[in-house]
Amino acid sequence: MDLLRFITAGSVDDGKSTLIGRLLFDTKNILADQMEAIERASKSRNDGEIDLALLTDGLRSEREQGITIDVAYKYFQTPNRKFISIDAPGHIQYTRNMVTGASNADLAIILVDARHGVAEQTRRHSLIASMLGIPHVVVAINKMDLVGNSEDAFLEIAQTYKDLADKLNIKDLTIIPVSALNGDNIVERSKNMPWYTGETLLSILETVNVLKDKNTTDGRFSVQYVIRPQTEELHDYRGYAGRLQSGSLRKGEAVKILPSGTESKIARIEFGGQEIIEAGVFESVTILLEDDVDISRGDMIVSVDNSPIVSQDIEALVCWMDDRKTLKAGDKYLLQHGTARTKCSVRSIEYQIDINSYEKLDEVESLKLNDVARIVLRTAQPIAYDPYQQNRANGAAILIDETSNVTVGACMVE
Amino acid sequence: MSNEVSMSISVKEASDLSDQGNIDRRKPDYLDQLEAEAIYIMREVAGQFERPALLFSGGKDSITLVRLAQKAFAPGKIPFPLVHIDTGHNFVEATDYRDMLAEKTGSKLIVRYVEDTIKAKNLKEPTGKNASRNWLQTFTLLDTIEEFGFDACIGGARRDEEKARAKERIFSFRDEFGQWDPKRQRPELWNLFNGRIHKGENVRVFPISNWTELDVWAYLQREGITLPSIYFAHERECILRDGRLLYNTPVIEKDPEDQIVTRQVRFRTVGDMTCTAAVESSAATLEEVIAEITVSRISERGETRIDDQQTEAAMEDRKKGGYF
Repeated sequence: MDLLRFITAGSVDDGKSTLIGRLLFDTKNILADQMEAIERASKSRNDGEIDLALLTDGLRSEREQGITIDVAYKYFQTPNRKFISIDAPGHIQYTRNMVTGASNADLAIILVDARHGVAEQTRRHSLIASMLGIPHVVVAINKMDLVGNSEDAFLEIAQTYKDLADKLNIKDLTIIPVSALNGDNIVERSKNMPWYTGETLLSILETVNVLKDKNTTDGRFSVQYVIRPQTEELHDYRGYAGRLQSGSLRKGEAVKILPSGTESKIARIEFGGQEIIEAGVFESVTILLEDDVDISRGDMIVSVDNSPIVSQDIEALVCWMDDRKTLKAGDKYLLQHGTARTKCSVRSIEYQIDINSYEKLDEVESLKLNDVARIVLRTAQPIAYDPYQQNRANGAAILIDETSNVTVGACMVE
Repeated sequence: MSNEVSMSISVKEASDLSDQGNIDRRKPDYLDQLEAEAIYIMREVAGQFERPALLFSGGKDSITLVRLAQKAFAPGKIPFPLVHIDTGHNFVEATDYRDMLAEKTGSKLIVRYVEDTIKAKNLKEPTGKNASRNWLQTFTLLDTIEEFGFDACIGGARRDEEKARAKERIFSFRDEFGQWDPKRQRPELWNLFNGRIHKGENVRVFPISNWTELDVWAYLQREGITLPSIYFAHERECILRDGRLLYNTPVIEKDPEDQIVTRQVRFRTVGDMTCTAAVESSAATLEEVIAEITVSRISERGETRIDDQQTEAAMEDRKKGGYF
């Protein structure tokens, strides 16, 4: 059984929490004591109707204000798959939260209220899903019951959405009509919409192929830590602990160490102290090389015949996440890419992207919280990267403020 | 001047969403994926911090952490000490296991006692029916962090346990007072963990954040790990209180309403004896325990943790104060 991480995008009013609650409830993943707690809380709040949204609101201030502040994770499973649901809400910090949640998602569910159709926030959610390279997007047109379960209403919204999606980079798009409140087309097919013959939401979640999404071609191994037991029997042992960001590496394969460019050969690969022949994408292994080369944390071991770009000048889409300071040309930060950290300075802001209209805004002086822009960076040390849309793991980077130590920017290197 | 950003798109219809892709690699198992992620996190701790520690309780989650740490750094030893904050009210089976495991893995074991903190700080020990030293652990933990200058503490918390934990980062920043501020958490993107801190601050790291209770049990089974005996069905004299079974130990203050009963029980979580309840069970092996949990209709903490029941935000409040 494998694992699917999905993010749900939409506002409280779109019924997002209700949708998650419905998925958990209809797949029998809500336990008796959790259900009782929700019933108790529902009674004290509204007219006694069970509010499935209460399942995902974890913090006191969220319950008090009836809003969700931070990214929340829910875990459930069906006989076919395990799921991690990422709920990334918030009003003021919406973009920041959604970018955070989307960074690890295999699939995005974008909720659209059938009464309002494609709204400004639908455009925003879709841009983020596309920008973050989420391979699968499911647009759930919710509250179909409130538009008389009308096929025409659904088709009209679906067409508007497709026109919008044409401007984006969404690899795999599905649009479905649902009612989260009534459970229509969530787990069970709706009797109220006999005209809909496509899949239910759960069926999509259970069958979407995530194996195909992984980059299995570019062998990239970030060195996290050097294992040197220095005991008598392991006197000369020098193992590079790290993870395959993409692709695979095999025993005997010729490799290159970046950024230095030194070449060597893989002498041995170990997992948990046992020898293995090949390490695949996202596996955490230890690599031993034939030659005694100088390698430390932050270096990358790559296939000799398939090299990433090594450069000190990089261009990236950035989502700015700091609510206290802005980003301006000339500012200096730490750039963390893989396990490497290097100082960098902002050369320029090329343009900002209006996340609602998708328009490019030129001559932007500074970026504030939730702004998305294309920027040019100069790094102190070269970094070995692949363009984000080809390789999510090796095209992603964060900016860290050197004085506050806070993560202030999410970068997708282009 | 403005112009529209254009990107290319290929829209596929729902009918194309089949699973017929060229599957050229073996299908990864979710336990392998979770294990690889946890090992990656462990190594990030070793790579990013000067003085990390692994908070060890003798419970199944921290036993899982130790196994993951062994795998992460093999054939070397685990490059950080195991730290146990002992309330003095722990199950002897758990503390014996702790000592055995530290010895077996060749790890340095540091134990600090809540009892000593109570004396040194002249704290008032909670008394009464549901009195527990659980909250006092925070003082001892923060003192221990300061004593050794730990900059990162690895813990076995999982997001499926509790609502506040569901919102916590894997690298969870704590200020110099050990406090967690849920509203000012650092964004945590991709697998890029930011462990940069100032002196005196620290980071709590939760490598099995994305595991569920069942995942932990399945992993222990797969790895063939033996657990402290209290996790399996055994006869025990218990206090029956408010429908819950507590171990009949002198450290729990009796109440006239309490009934003393002998039942066949096992523990689903192993914490302080004063706030950990047993469940009636005949499951004597890991397989049987997994079978029972799979059909259980009650969550882990709901069934066995008295400390979470006190208010709707009990865990959130403890965490803000510096708790694990």
